[in-house]
Amino acid sequence: MEFFLVTLLNSLSYGLLLFMLSSGLTLIFSMMGVLNFAHASFYMLGAYFAYQTSRYVGFWPALVIAPLAVAALGALTERYGLRTVHKYGHVAELLFTFGLAYTIEEVVHLIWGRAPVPYRIPEILEFSAFSIYSTQYPAYRVFMMLVSVAMLVGLYLVLTRSRIGMIIQASLTHPDMVQALGHNVPRVFMLVFAGGAALAGLAGVIGGNAFVTDPGMAVSVGTIVFVVVVFGGMGSLAGAFIASLIIGAVQTFSVAFDYSLLTLFGSIGIKVNPDSGWMELWKVTIAQAAPVLPYLLMVAMLIVRPKGLMGTREG
Amino acid sequence: MVKSWLRAALIGAVAALAFAGPASAQGVLKIAYLEGLSGPFGNVGEVGLRHLQFAAERINEKGGVLGQKIEVVPFDTKTSPQEAQLVFKQLVDQGIRYMMQGNGSAVALALSEAMGKHNARNPDQTVLYMNYGAVDPALTNDKCNFYHFRFDADVDMKMQAMTNYMAAQKGIAKVYLINQDYSFGQSVAKAARAMLTQKRPDIQIVGDDLHPLGKVKDFAPYVAKIKASGADAVVTGNWGNDVALLIKAAKDAGLTADFYTYYAGGLGTPPVIGEAGVGHLKQVTVFHSNIGGSGTVANVEAYRKRFPDSKDDFYWTSIMNAMTMLTMAMEKVKSTDPTKVAPALEGLKIDTITGEVTMRADNHQAVQPIFISTFSKTNGKDVKFDVERTGFGFKTDARIEAKDTVLPTTCKFQRPKG
Repeated sequence: MEFFLVTLLNSLSYGLLLFMLSSGLTLIFSMMGVLNFAHASFYMLGAYFAYQTSRYVGFWPALVIAPLAVAALGALTERYGLRTVHKYGHVAELLFTFGLAYTIEEVVHLIWGRAPVPYRIPEILEFSAFSIYSTQYPAYRVFMMLVSVAMLVGLYLVLTRSRIGMIIQASLTHPDMVQALGHNVPRVFMLVFAGGAALAGLAGVIGGNAFVTDPGMAVSVGTIVFVVVVFGGMGSLAGAFIASLIIGAVQTFSVAFDYSLLTLFGSIGIKVNPDSGWMELWKVTIAQAAPVLPYLLMVAMLIVRPKGLMGTREG
Repeated sequence: MVKSWLRAALIGAVAALAFAGPASAQGVLKIAYLEGLSGPFGNVGEVGLRHLQFAAERINEKGGVLGQKIEVVPFDTKTSPQEAQLVFKQLVDQGIRYMMQGNGSAVALALSEAMGKHNARNPDQTVLYMNYGAVDPALTNDKCNFYHFRFDADVDMKMQAMTNYMAAQKGIAKVYLINQDYSFGQSVAKAARAMLTQKRPDIQIVGDDLHPLGKVKDFAPYVAKIKASGADAVVTGNWGNDVALLIKAAKDAGLTADFYTYYAGGLGTPPVIGEAGVGHLKQVTVFHSNIGGSGTVANVEAYRKRFPDSKDDFYWTSIMNAMTMLTMAMEKVKSTDPTKVAPALEGLKIDTITGEVTMRADNHQAVQPIFISTFSKTNGKDVKFDVERTGFGFKTDARIEAKDTVLPTTCKFQRPKG
């Protein structure tokens, strides 16, 4: 029970962080039809900006400054990058974001070096918030969840209750009509891109010090975020939310299961020849296969339901 | 006329440039340093590089070796076996005959194999491999190579010392093994299981996890699992970020089990654990800053003077010993040709700050004392130096003499003819 509760909380905090990343990606995708390969790079930049600013002004101002800086970068990327290559079609846009991801990584190497930077959680949050039986739960994880939930609520309110949210939603499906009504659709695109980047940046600010801030963080989280978006359904925020929680839970819980195919065979009464060449495969436990499971889930989803959990597009 | 003269001059210049590369190496002894200098273990690679520079500078101050200055040439292997093999081709192309590596036994095995093939095909262009920290026992047993020399103690030697110590701790009833999923981590898990069950059959091994190397950023799920198993001791060979993050997650969750580690002594772990690690965090190493002796103090202080950053601690005596032995062997045979130097390294004895270090002739494994130490508060006496300027350092629990660390070997390498 203790283990289950602790792991559930861990998977929640991780899933919410994943959602913060994937929400931006999926918003950008549904609006512009661009799969932004550089999205995880904005996550990394958020962490590095926060590290840099927190050295001068402390963590709390950095929590605001870093996402804003990333948003500004995102806006510039859309205005002067994506919009320029837009006329050459989606392939050009895709290649542009792909190149951008590499460029950002190299720039990070140049400025902050190749080793992890000592970006630490603020001392005021370095205590255990509460105990579940005998396991302490760190306050910072609670803080992470609070920030994620606040962002989730904020995003929901902006999209459904505000004027700009209505225009964004309208631009998703009927950009020409919105344009005809006199709204500046390209500016809406820029806003959405900047907003998505800011969300990724915010995730970087609170994820960078909880885990590790290094130049590899974009790559390591980037692939998982794509899995989330594909699994949840391209362009669906609700789908991304559910998928984030599922993938978070799969990654966190799978570590605990020491069952392998061998245990399965044993329980249904099949005897396996221990000298068989397949033995190595039968012996792999779920815990060992944990890193592959999200990708297996994605493949399974693509086979069974190509549009994803709650996606609307078919291919 | 002028044109053809110009062309000839140009061709001449290009040709001169092309041949200048290897030829200009005269008077300089190049040592290639192959390590992951980027990626998750980039910080670990840089620490080793600073030690090698430190060692090279000391030798160069005394005039180098056989009149040649030592030059360290770093190569980034990204801690990947495939990448390392490509890098090996590069250093061969540059005419470098000596290489040093120590982080990652998977890389070491790939390098040793590539070097073995190269040396067999090019007996007049042999390369010699100084391994300062890749401790998979296979490297000096089944997969040993004549030109590979290891200056750190291997997994089994260290596990022997660690389990002897653990066997005497009556409080240990349940042990959890958590290691990186590659040759080194697997050999730690295997050795720990075999030796513990033999020495203390009453100890229960309640968990045996292998996690991906350098990919886990959050160890909280693993710690929850350790906690649920009720383990009172954890054995881990994790290094670099993999140990720092594991310890961090353990501390966050309030796990009070003792940690028996190979590499918790540096690189981010001590600042992460702080007070909570006192008495609980243990390591088995061939050196730590508080083993005592005037030589140790002098070395630690000289290193801190050279690299004053708070994260820099004198750690890799194996790199110092490798360079000392190499220069001694070269001076003995008056040559820098690995084909002559390698046999001269065999059986070589040197006096070091930890005691006498001998290079075994039958498998090229250095034999030296091993220390078990515990994380403690500095007190100016037996815990004189802290790690990473944290106010905490390591205190020796046990010193195992060199002769008691020797294990049998299955190594049968082919000696070069002549």
